[in-house]
Amino acid sequence: MITKRIIPCLDVRDGRVVKGVNFKSLSDVSDPVALAEYYTESGADELVFYDITASYENRALFTDILARTAERVFIPLTVGGGINSVEDFDRVLKCGADKVSVNSGAIRNPCLIREASKKYGDQCVVLSADIKRVGGEFRVFSKGGREDTGLEAIAWIKRGVSLGAGEVVVNSIDTDGVKGGFDTELLRLVCDAVSVPVIASGGAGCAEDFVKLWREVPDVDAGLAASVFHFGEVKIPELKNLLAENGMSVRR
Amino acid sequence: MIAIIDYGVGNLFSLRSSFAAIGESAVVTSDERVIASAERLILPGVGAFGDAAELLHSTGLDEVVKSECEKGKPLMGICLGMQLLFTEGLEYGSHRGLDLIGGVVRPIAERIEPGLKIPHIGWNALEIKRPDPILKYVAGGDCVYFVHSFFADTEPEFISSTAEYGGTLTASVRRDNIWGCQFHPEKSGRVGLNILKAFSEVQA
Repeated sequence: MITKRIIPCLDVRDGRVVKGVNFKSLSDVSDPVALAEYYTESGADELVFYDITASYENRALFTDILARTAERVFIPLTVGGGINSVEDFDRVLKCGADKVSVNSGAIRNPCLIREASKKYGDQCVVLSADIKRVGGEFRVFSKGGREDTGLEAIAWIKRGVSLGAGEVVVNSIDTDGVKGGFDTELLRLVCDAVSVPVIASGGAGCAEDFVKLWREVPDVDAGLAASVFHFGEVKIPELKNLLAENGMSVRR
Repeated sequence: MIAIIDYGVGNLFSLRSSFAAIGESAVVTSDERVIASAERLILPGVGAFGDAAELLHSTGLDEVVKSECEKGKPLMGICLGMQLLFTEGLEYGSHRGLDLIGGVVRPIAERIEPGLKIPHIGWNALEIKRPDPILKYVAGGDCVYFVHSFFADTEPEFISSTAEYGGTLTASVRRDNIWGCQFHPEKSGRVGLNILKAFSEVQA
């Protein structure tokens, strides 16, 4: 049976991982390549590199990092951040990315999902949505969660999937950073609405939060997190042992 | 030297890197002479069966691959490259494959329980069906990375491993000097690299 995936997310700015990362075994804690190798060795099932580089000039640093990682890490790599065109897809796929996640770029131009999925296949296009409760409904936010688009989240995700998105990352702004667990209410709604894999993001504070996620929403395919992994609060081998003890299928 | 056949389909960066990681020299090429001089061939591929089959045909690389295989050169097809080894593919109509292994590539929906997500994406365990040199470093239950919506429906004698996904899906195949993996060994961590290493060790 297919296993539940555990996905660490690395935010990269100007070629360096941001957010304090602290591992004794790493001499350079902000080197994305070293960190990617560390996570791969510890059993991560996939990695997400999120480019938060502000200036256009420094974009080349990101693709260089990506290529150096893809030369050494042989698990699926997803890239997000600043993807606005098919040319952006091309730029990161050439450097070894396997999947590309679109967010604000797809909100501005939903056809990007269709164009990219036609050119590279549905499996390559990941729709990432930042979602927040506003007045009793789930709304999609853009620009890193700063701007309410007015779009209803489930309708937007269904549209994205019908345009060709092969996976969906559901990032709950309400639970993100709170470390009180994933947004299982929202995730259940998304899983009921679409038939492509759903990746839960936002809210993981401890290993038990992943157990609770899959107990409450077994249809979720993957759990994505950043700081709980970076700060060593959740260690992937121990997390996978815990999931297996709870009857969940994981790769070990 | 291993020739990774470039017929304009997909991203070959990871495949080339993975051979480099196991210390094997591999070149990405569409040059008939390079392919002829290689010791082993890799047929990659992502996308749709019909488009890829057409590209292989229009570049003439289908005949090059076939004639090299007839000489006994080891060939491994990966993902869509594996599917192309079969007689026919039923993705958006019916298309002729290379017919190096008898069988038909069908939608996985025909094989699995209804309600499961398609494509079959993620890490799934291999069940070894028969001993095979490319699986010599693999233990039953080892996980590899799959991304596909179609599967090879072929004779049990050609199936070396399978994966369970609400039904049994062909994971790897072999007929004589011709191998195929539905999953991506270049994206399957250490298990995958070991499969590529084992392929680089098979003797023609």
